[in-house]
Amino acid sequence: MASGGNDAKFFTRGKIQEFKAELQDAAKGKDKKFVKRKTVLKKIVANITMGNDMSQMFPEVIQCLPIPMLEIKKMVYLFLVSYGRVRPDLIERALPHFIADCEDRNPLIRALAIRTMSYIPLPSVLSALVEPLRHSLKDSDPYVRKTAAICVAKIYLVDHRIVERERFIDNLKELLKDANPTVVANSVAALTEIADRSDTIVLKFPYSLALKLVAALENCSEWGQIYILDSLLNYVPQTSDEATVMTERIVARLQHSNSAVVLTVIKVLLYLMNYIESKQSNDYLCKKMGPPLEVDIDFVRKAVRSIGRLAIKISSAADPCIKVLLELVDSKVSYVLQEAVVVIKDILRRYPDQYDSVIPILCENMNSLDEPEAKAAIIWIIGQNAQKIENADELMDTLTYTFLEEAVEVQLALLTATVKLFIQKPQEGQKLLPKVLKWATEEVDNPDLRDRGYMYWRLLSNDAAAAKDIVMGDRPPVNTDTDRMELGALDQLLLHTGTLGSIYHKTPETFIRYAKGKALKDSPALNATSRRALISLPTGGPPKPVSTAALVPPIPQSIRDMQSEARSPPPSATGSTMAQAQQAAPLGAEDDLLSPSEAEYTGGPSRKGTVDSDISQDKPALPPKSNDPYAGLDSAFGGYVADQPKPVGGRPGEFDDLLL
Amino acid sequence: MISGFFIFNQKGEVLITRLYRTDIKRSISEVFRIHVVSSNDVRSPIVTLGSTSFLHVRHNNIYVLAITKNNANAALIFEFLYRFISISRSYFGKLDEEAVKNNFVLIYELIDEILDFGYPQTSEIDTLKAYITTEAARSEVTDIGESSKLTTQMTGAVSWRRGDIKYKKNEAFVDVVENINLLMSAKGTILRADVDGQILMRAYLSGMPECKFGLNDKLVLDKAERAADNAVRLDDCQFHQCVQLGAFSSDRTISFIPPDGEFELMKYRSTSDVHLPLRVHPTVTEVGTSQVQYSITVKTGFNPKLSATNIVLRIPTPLNATIAQCKTVSGKAKYSPAENVIIWKIPRIQGGSEATLTAAVDLTATTTRQPWARPPIDVDFQVLMLTASGLLVRFLKVYAKEGYHSVKWVRYLTKASGTYQIRVRSFIVASDIN
Repeated sequence: MASGGNDAKFFTRGKIQEFKAELQDAAKGKDKKFVKRKTVLKKIVANITMGNDMSQMFPEVIQCLPIPMLEIKKMVYLFLVSYGRVRPDLIERALPHFIADCEDRNPLIRALAIRTMSYIPLPSVLSALVEPLRHSLKDSDPYVRKTAAICVAKIYLVDHRIVERERFIDNLKELLKDANPTVVANSVAALTEIADRSDTIVLKFPYSLALKLVAALENCSEWGQIYILDSLLNYVPQTSDEATVMTERIVARLQHSNSAVVLTVIKVLLYLMNYIESKQSNDYLCKKMGPPLEVDIDFVRKAVRSIGRLAIKISSAADPCIKVLLELVDSKVSYVLQEAVVVIKDILRRYPDQYDSVIPILCENMNSLDEPEAKAAIIWIIGQNAQKIENADELMDTLTYTFLEEAVEVQLALLTATVKLFIQKPQEGQKLLPKVLKWATEEVDNPDLRDRGYMYWRLLSNDAAAAKDIVMGDRPPVNTDTDRMELGALDQLLLHTGTLGSIYHKTPETFIRYAKGKALKDSPALNATSRRALISLPTGGPPKPVSTAALVPPIPQSIRDMQSEARSPPPSATGSTMAQAQQAAPLGAEDDLLSPSEAEYTGGPSRKGTVDSDISQDKPALPPKSNDPYAGLDSAFGGYVADQPKPVGGRPGEFDDLLL
Repeated sequence: MISGFFIFNQKGEVLITRLYRTDIKRSISEVFRIHVVSSNDVRSPIVTLGSTSFLHVRHNNIYVLAITKNNANAALIFEFLYRFISISRSYFGKLDEEAVKNNFVLIYELIDEILDFGYPQTSEIDTLKAYITTEAARSEVTDIGESSKLTTQMTGAVSWRRGDIKYKKNEAFVDVVENINLLMSAKGTILRADVDGQILMRAYLSGMPECKFGLNDKLVLDKAERAADNAVRLDDCQFHQCVQLGAFSSDRTISFIPPDGEFELMKYRSTSDVHLPLRVHPTVTEVGTSQVQYSITVKTGFNPKLSATNIVLRIPTPLNATIAQCKTVSGKAKYSPAENVIIWKIPRIQGGSEATLTAAVDLTATTTRQPWARPPIDVDFQVLMLTASGLLVRFLKVYAKEGYHSVKWVRYLTKASGTYQIRVRSFIVASDIN
């Protein structure tokens, strides 16, 4: 095991003048094995890291380029990548060295030179790179070719005209047939990125190319496999058989230990399934993709929630779902049980009177519940169904025993359930009711609980009949619209499996600036089910946010929405409304902070000119903490991480520019 | 893809910055510091602000961060971040603030190589070590032949292995490690029993040997019509990058050219016919409201040549327990009031034998009306040379040039830690006193 270096001492703020002097002295005097200059360069790199502006060192650092030592060369190159853009006047001096390196006999040096040059987005550097790059794309060494392929994408993003003028895209296409799998993978990655950024280039892979790419998979690095698999979305199967063959070629990758490979395979399989006719084949693939039985608590919880959602959304699935949930309850694994109780509550509400037989089973497990959400759920069930539960008063009596120690969520549920019990069974509820009302209104500090307590109190004392109508009135049906997706939206989202978009349940064009959407493409092989859901992407113009109906809020959110009692005041501590409100508010304020130059800067190929003007590396983009523009966001931020990840910022680019 | 790679310390100071794309600036590190490092309630490893996403992993006292402005493959980024951590650990022994500061130049070299334009490239430790080396062992790669060999290896089909590895004695060690998970009802029925297995290999083999690995995999043996009683059904297998997945999916052979040294060859799961190494028979009697009596017997389910070691039973007691008197001839038992458990440690139980504990726990009077929830008994243990799934290595063949001798060793280990649980029910008898 390597013991590692001893460079921490260089992590101190240094003076430019001292560094300059040290480098000059070392160059003049004896510098055995270049040790002195190496040391100064390390100090400079450390200072760059710490955010100290070292750009004034440019002339002295460049003078170190001729030193024949790879370690020094790499540090100088790192310096040039960091400050090259700042000193276009001085970069010229480095060019001859770069060019010489591009012709070095050592392939590692050749690749290093073109890789570094392509990180410096200056016209002079890029035009000097054109010829060496043309050679590198045909270099005899695969390492140089694979580096050159990525260089093309780098240049394209800075100035696509160079790539078009030099016809480098043709070179990349040529490299797709390269014998070396890594070269193929990087060329595919470069082409994919270019097509993503371009308005004119659309990748269409014919079947023969797709087969070739798949053949390269077995010999690729895990990352290369991902790039190749990803690119298969550019292939549109023309027959069901084609699509089936493709799935057979890639399905083995599901056993890869890299989760990103697995997720990308899943994405491609899901895509190909649209073009497969046979239900049997698709069923087989679904089974293959089924996740293994995880012993992961979060995963199991999500699975239980999904079963509940299924039951709520599809009434014909409710019976089997309830059956499975009862089996889970029977497992008595604590977190599974708690989660199951929460979802069964929603099912009971969605299908009143249908699953009354379940209630006693849940009540039996009442004492095992300790999470507030699960407790609140069982309390709701008991309150709502007090009529049907023989010993409802005893159960409520036990549950209220610890009223004062419970979480607010549970206290609110207890209060409402006690009122419901009293209304349905006045005899049995009359002893408990005054006790709970008194606690809620006199002994608890929470205003929501107190207000709700008073509301019930007055309601019951003024007009008991009205109270019954209100408390036990018709419940609005459980609304599943919040997570309803437009036909086809799910298909689109699945094309982004494994990406940030799939985590947020949003297609990228709705939350990422300049992102392109993906849509299923028509072909004779598209099966009937998928054809019904076929939607094409909006064409032309900047991406518009899709109507909110198409946006999918994360799952637990919507389930939570269903839980808030329609007639009761929304509990402010738990409701999702709060997080949403906070999210919207601070964003407007931030718009004011955009300075014009920052607002213009995009870094995208279409606005190339601004790249050069944006040179203020060391100028902090944000004011110091005292008037931190994000201060107001903190709470909203906290709200969202406590729940489910979702991108902050409603529309693409709304406060994007601040982050440049 | 990745626009920038950063390492922060706990204070939010930048230890490493590398920008791969012009769509972000160095100062973006401030945003991460404010929103994640200084924020108390960030639990999500992904934060998206506008179009910019921050994906981070905390490791020791540092944050390893990747920033992207695209709809990047999140799984890829996290796999990459964890890979960076394992590469660093292999280089520096550990990855923390001190190690980063002491090796920052090397880290810059590494991340220039393993990420190009934000696309992960070579991440095979062995290959990287061949030409990115620590100060102590630095040698310049100037030899052209050497360089070409390297570049071929980095981009080739066997990027994880150098071709010129030599050992005097060719040895391969295979460790099959199984974690058993059990949930048993109070009546003794198995509610859940499964095994998470891992096959670890340490290969010290010269040249480019091709290995073939054979298990008593039910699918293979059934196909060969070799009716084997002891075949195992593997529900889910995952393989190291070196295993040819195509070959496995067509005929379930596991063939590979191994990396040099230690690696995880495969992971698997088995849920059928899991063999329970230990059985626990608890009898719990609640005497009135003042005492609980325990009689707990542990029986082994393997042959007398083997033994279970480091057995720890955690036996829950009621919350209002005051003192516990434990009696056993096997190991030691003591009551831990802080955790409300009796901890019974037995250093070793030979196969075919059993151990018994009796205990009496006194309770104080309580005002709590909720009955005792009776959490399950939890057992930790390990058994050498046993697999709970029944998995066996049938062969490991090493194919190389003629006259190539290799010695192969196999070990098995089954262990349980925290997930081997037995439910209890108690018999309630009236108290003798009054």
